[in-house]
Amino acid sequence: MKLAPIIGVLAIQGGVREHLASLEVAGATAVAVNSLDDLESVQGLVIPGGESTVMSKLAIHDGLLEPMRAARAGGMPMYGSCAGMIMLADRVSDARPDQEFISGLDISVRRNAFGRQVDSFEMDLEVQGIGGTPFPAVFIRAPWVEQVGDAVQVLSTINSGPRAGTIVAVQQGPLLATSFHPELTGDVRIHATFVELVRQYA
Amino acid sequence: MSAEPVVGTDRVKRGMAEMLKGGVIMDVVTPDQAKIAEDAGAVAVMALERVPADIRAQGGVSRMSDPDMIEGIQKVVSIPVMAKARIGHFVEAQVIQSLKVDFIDESEVLTPADYANHIDKWAFTVPFVCGATNLGEALRRINEGAAMIRSKGEAGTGDVSNAVTHMRTIRAEINRLSSMAEDELYVAAKELQAPYALVAEVAKRGSLPVVLFTAGGIATPADAAMMMQLGADGVFVGSGIFKSGSGVASNEDALRRAKAIVRATRHFNEPEVIAEVSRGLGEAMVGINVADIPVHHRLEDRGW
Repeated sequence: MKLAPIIGVLAIQGGVREHLASLEVAGATAVAVNSLDDLESVQGLVIPGGESTVMSKLAIHDGLLEPMRAARAGGMPMYGSCAGMIMLADRVSDARPDQEFISGLDISVRRNAFGRQVDSFEMDLEVQGIGGTPFPAVFIRAPWVEQVGDAVQVLSTINSGPRAGTIVAVQQGPLLATSFHPELTGDVRIHATFVELVRQYA
Repeated sequence: MSAEPVVGTDRVKRGMAEMLKGGVIMDVVTPDQAKIAEDAGAVAVMALERVPADIRAQGGVSRMSDPDMIEGIQKVVSIPVMAKARIGHFVEAQVIQSLKVDFIDESEVLTPADYANHIDKWAFTVPFVCGATNLGEALRRINEGAAMIRSKGEAGTGDVSNAVTHMRTIRAEINRLSSMAEDELYVAAKELQAPYALVAEVAKRGSLPVVLFTAGGIATPADAAMMMQLGADGVFVGSGIFKSGSGVASNEDALRRAKAIVRATRHFNEPEVIAEVSRGLGEAMVGINVADIPVHHRLEDRGW
């Protein structure tokens, strides 16, 4: 049996509980990251969905932003869903002027790109590398990826409807990001992909 | 699921509420207040014309806000914007949905429009939050399509005691269900006046199937932290931020108070942090003791 990697979920606000549960099912030992000590104890980090403005502000206030940047620069695998994708992106449109990010993922994202909550939606998507049937993707006031750097692999684009062609899942080395929320679905294939990434890079 | 995008599903509505967890939702009456709330780290704002404390003081019939007012607030912030409709007033809800508000609060703070029926919330794309004083009421609202529940409290009083009572009641009733034998759940459903399927689901998971926030009477960082320790997923703060002892709080005071409540909610288990943010906040809202309010003026009895 493979050893379970220890993976943290940034626990400032948002879908923390669901990510912890999904990671456990996917074979990791999951811990909530509230402090520097917590951050130092993990081999990989999930940045959950929530309000990116709040996450950014409180991460700075709690002295967690710089250490997360340093961990990322040091090669710690990170996975961001929705607001987490925004936190990992190098370039963000429609952010608040004072908003700060972990950065490191060579993509441009647009915040709340799909519109307000009445435009939030779910659909089945083909996602590279997860195998099997299409993935149930839940988009909630979601960001999208407008442009990706050369080192970035596109894992999923929307394949039908008015937003066909929009990039919604990417990977660059140990960094993984999705516009949607796999933690809300009970389908842990994306989390399993991240657990493998952590095994590979940590 | 579907190969085509589908809006307004259960998962999309309840998921929106999940993303607000651990956060503070603040009542605002002007675009300036909305900006202060966003600056302070609110996860969402509730756009309304009068905060509950003023509704209480001024009396009269209280209704949905002017669409211009709601749109004015949507323009200046990037966080979600919520608005209130009267209990049972499905046309106010239709109007608010057409403004692309992110969440509707079917709220006892406004004057009820229907004393028998709540809004059929399944008929909407936008998610709803509803108040509840006990588990049966919470499950009836969820059965009507609510994607989020908040404990009721006595809004506009600054007296947290009712919020505490209702949160404790809901938690205790959930615990009671979890400890029951399966064949006892049928009678439990009858007693709770709630559908059996929902009762069985709550018994199995030991929590509501939707997010449970707290609201009504939360005025200080310690109030917010206490409600979180009692098991709330997050906090609604109404009059407590932009009202002070002397009336309307200055923007500076309001920002400080808003930030303090956000930090206390995040660090609800750390008394040192709550102590730090509670320093020098100035005079909190005057407050009314719930016990001094005539029974027929109490908001908790609105909704059934």
